[in-house]
Amino acid sequence: MRRVDVAVVGAGPAGLCAAAEAARHGCEVALLDENATAGGQLFKQIHKFFGSRAHRAGRRGIDIGAELLDEVAGLGVHVCLGAPVWGLYEGRTLAVAEDDHSWRLAAGAIVLATGATENGLAFPGWTLPGIMGAGCAQTMINVHRVLPGRRVLMVGSGNVGLIVAYQLLQAGAEVAAVVDVLPRVGGYPVHAAKIARAGVPVLTGHTVKEVRGDGVAEEATVWAVDDAFRGLPGSERRIRVDTVALAVGLTPMAELAWLAGCRMGYVPELGGHVPFHDARMATSAPGVFVAGDVSGVEEASSAMEEGRLAGVWAAAAAGKVTEDRAAEAAEPHAAALDGLRGGPYGVHVRRGKQALADGVATAQVQVLGGGGV
Amino acid sequence: MGGPASTGATAGGCEQRGFFSLEEVLALPGCPDLDELRGRRLAVVECGHEIPCDPCQTACPTGAIAVGDDITALPRLDASLCDGCGTCQPVCPGLAIFLVDMTRDDGLAEIWMPHEFLPLPEKGERVRLRDRAGEVVGEGKVRRVRHGARLDRTAIVHVLVPERLAMVVRALEVTR
Repeated sequence: MRRVDVAVVGAGPAGLCAAAEAARHGCEVALLDENATAGGQLFKQIHKFFGSRAHRAGRRGIDIGAELLDEVAGLGVHVCLGAPVWGLYEGRTLAVAEDDHSWRLAAGAIVLATGATENGLAFPGWTLPGIMGAGCAQTMINVHRVLPGRRVLMVGSGNVGLIVAYQLLQAGAEVAAVVDVLPRVGGYPVHAAKIARAGVPVLTGHTVKEVRGDGVAEEATVWAVDDAFRGLPGSERRIRVDTVALAVGLTPMAELAWLAGCRMGYVPELGGHVPFHDARMATSAPGVFVAGDVSGVEEASSAMEEGRLAGVWAAAAAGKVTEDRAAEAAEPHAAALDGLRGGPYGVHVRRGKQALADGVATAQVQVLGGGGV
Repeated sequence: MGGPASTGATAGGCEQRGFFSLEEVLALPGCPDLDELRGRRLAVVECGHEIPCDPCQTACPTGAIAVGDDITALPRLDASLCDGCGTCQPVCPGLAIFLVDMTRDDGLAEIWMPHEFLPLPEKGERVRLRDRAGEVVGEGKVRRVRHGARLDRTAIVHVLVPERLAMVVRALEVTR
């Protein structure tokens, strides 16, 4: 069985930063990812990030991803790609599949940075070819450079829906409309403004009623909704589209946290079941840390800061750095996280994270599990 | 300056329709007063929601744009300090900063717009102009196109428009 000081599962923005920080603090680090390339969603994010200079604001995700890959390479992190982690056993032992065999990896501390998965939305016709997650459409245009279709309906006006709609325009598709069931735009209004001024209607208080087509999506019907989100008969409009992209939220991929016996809570503000964790990103399972969307759905900038925190504290848990030094190294990242979560757009995340940090079962936090590795 | 026309705005707030009306823009702390714009070139920072972001403040060489330490605060423009250099423009991740140049005496205004669509327009080309709502409000002539490493793949396109559209036009479309 192989052994490292810190094993990081998931090589997206959170995992890359966790691996870099643990390595910088003297750990031998293995960074595992089931995908063939590292970077997670960063290499689909061709837009400039928000934040301040400390968060690399104004830089594009693709460029930040390249910098992080250089950083972990320079620090001697062992990067294992095409290596899904399928088990987590006592003694912080991971089971890793690679090619035609499995192997075990024991770690002094583990950072779970497994990200999140796109939610679906069921409506008549939703299984027709041409209907896909917004992340799928983004992968097609920005990674594979293939247009998913010529004319797209985007469902959901959170930042994912708005950004992918803009990137579909950049890729040469027409975006027929962005609809959102809520009465207001979910994402940053500056993202909405970019597509609105390009001529894309943003229809808040609307949702998709059905999609029809002969074997493929050909026509979507959208309609207005009332206060209880019921469709309003008579408000239907038909839109010719060959693609419907669904940007209706993400769910943390917390399977390994469940396996580790982490105490879990259901926190709607954070996307579903997430492991309880403190400001060090430590879960209830000794030596098991979390970072990024698996600990509550946010965005890449906060995932990177959480990764730095988890990496520092994992190094401390692995005995490679003192608590005092870890606290000193963690401080600027904790402050950067606070900065990103300020203001009205951070209210949900602040509330959800606080509930988890308190470990309190509020009306909205249903506690499950417990125990630990 | 001619009276800037309001076009395209529908009922409801920006959050409901996805774009600012002219009236909403003029009330923003990052937007200069129309009087201040007369005869000058200034940044118009169309940022009205408290999102965590401050590169405009960091980039501004004259201290004309202030966000403060709390990076969710709205950027405030001090028109007396803005020299219209446009350094803030390509660093804005929201593509929410426009330069409006009212220094000409031929009835035209020059707008500098961030533009991330290919093909880029060419100098002298006539392009379709849109307002914040995406409504086509006319045609304009491209005076200059800037792109390069410093702009990091956000082109800045200078377009001449009738003065009355200086605060109306916010996007361009290449029609060739």
